[in-house]
Amino acid sequence: MTENLQRSPLHQDHLTLGARLVPFAGWEMPVQYSGLMAEHHAVRQTVGVFDISHMGQVIVSGPGAAAFLNHALTNDISRLAPGHGHYTLLLNDHGGVIDDLIAYRTGESEFFLVINAARITEDWAQLTTLHAAAPVDAALVELANLSPACAGLAIQGPKSRAVFATLFGPDATYPEKNTVISCDTPEGLMWLCGTGYTGEDGFEFFMPAPTASDWFQRTVTAVQAEGGLPCGLGARDTLRLEMGYPLNGNDLSPDHTPLQAGLGFFVALNKEHFIGQNALLQEKTAGLTRKLTGFRMTGTAPPPRPHYPVLSAEGQPLGEICSGTLSPTLQYGIGMAYLPPTHTTPGTPLQIEIRGKTYPAEVTKKPFHRPQ
Amino acid sequence: MTTVLNHLRYRPSHEWIEPGKPIAAVGITDHAQAELTDIVFVDLPAIGRQVKAGDPVAVVESVKAASDIYAPVSGEIVGVNEALNGNPGLINTDPFTEGWIFQIAPSNPTEPDTLLDAEAYRAHIA
Repeated sequence: MTENLQRSPLHQDHLTLGARLVPFAGWEMPVQYSGLMAEHHAVRQTVGVFDISHMGQVIVSGPGAAAFLNHALTNDISRLAPGHGHYTLLLNDHGGVIDDLIAYRTGESEFFLVINAARITEDWAQLTTLHAAAPVDAALVELANLSPACAGLAIQGPKSRAVFATLFGPDATYPEKNTVISCDTPEGLMWLCGTGYTGEDGFEFFMPAPTASDWFQRTVTAVQAEGGLPCGLGARDTLRLEMGYPLNGNDLSPDHTPLQAGLGFFVALNKEHFIGQNALLQEKTAGLTRKLTGFRMTGTAPPPRPHYPVLSAEGQPLGEICSGTLSPTLQYGIGMAYLPPTHTTPGTPLQIEIRGKTYPAEVTKKPFHRPQ
Repeated sequence: MTTVLNHLRYRPSHEWIEPGKPIAAVGITDHAQAELTDIVFVDLPAIGRQVKAGDPVAVVESVKAASDIYAPVSGEIVGVNEALNGNPGLINTDPFTEGWIFQIAPSNPTEPDTLLDAEAYRAHIA
């Protein structure tokens, strides 16, 4: 294993549970414990717990925090009531995606951002640069990067509420979808968030790193009592892809805009101003040249994987796969690729080239799977 | 513990082959299938293909990764396990019998004997 990978505060717990560890986004993280398929089905049918300590956390606070974030991020943060969160994007001046993140309003003038592990450095650079350029009075906004001090767990699946009750007591308030509850404990701040990356009911839970191992062990016990499993990044990837959720680095990058990625719902194009707005307005006027498009394999085929060429039915090259996998729930290959608008209508036949052979596929609507 | 069968010969890349046979079955070891986890697709070689020892000839895929399977010896591919097309998980459940991948007619009948024996392979994966 490469020397300079960061380790989760749960590293020893993962080894004890027999996890297989792999490099991911500069971290050494569990790709699976008992097996990807079993872990995937556990989340769809009962419940799973994921270590998400690699993810980053930033607090933006002060009387100018809302105005600052509305300038930096695409969604309209003024519409976010305290105690709520939403999905949003951090763009560069060209409208390209630096990161996708969840912004939670933890108070009238305090926001908690959860950002991707692989983008912590870039996000922090962009936020501090914008802060220094002071679109709002810099003294009115305070930025803090909590990433190294925070650990995180994601509990996902239909039995998440039962796990929550075991951990916090039957009378504790469950964080409903897209809400956040922050708690000041003797060990430090904790955040309970009604969000996830699997499409199932569930919550994410961020806590001080020194307390993480204890919380993880209690959570694993509670999850197992509900028939669930500790789950690795392998299942996290197949679960998110069945929902058509983009993965930063695969499906989102500075080379693509949120409009191309089909994330226009999270871009308040008509708010006063935000970084990347002009580029997006121009792109909207000119029309999209590429769109992140879902497809499914229609016959027996190897699992589609990133970078495999996508061709039209006639064999004309159209693009390459960004994310692809065999869907454990659907039992056929699914994936996403940036394709020209001529090939984005559901039912349009495609071909995927795998090791020099082509296999039939067709454009399909996202999500690929709808949880019950 | 993973199973290693005494009567087979092994390539360090985790293929097994039957020694002393004009037509020898080839598969992957119990250790390899456990490492790969749930196998969801197998790309079988073309029958009649002439291969050299070490050539990638088949691909075994889990959800997470595609892994090349190498010819343990030189020869001609003379058969493939069609059952894997419908049930690739046979490699997980029965890697040494039902889960064989292809048959090869070794150009040199004694070449399989030059590979690792069971004892050496056990040491290799220890």
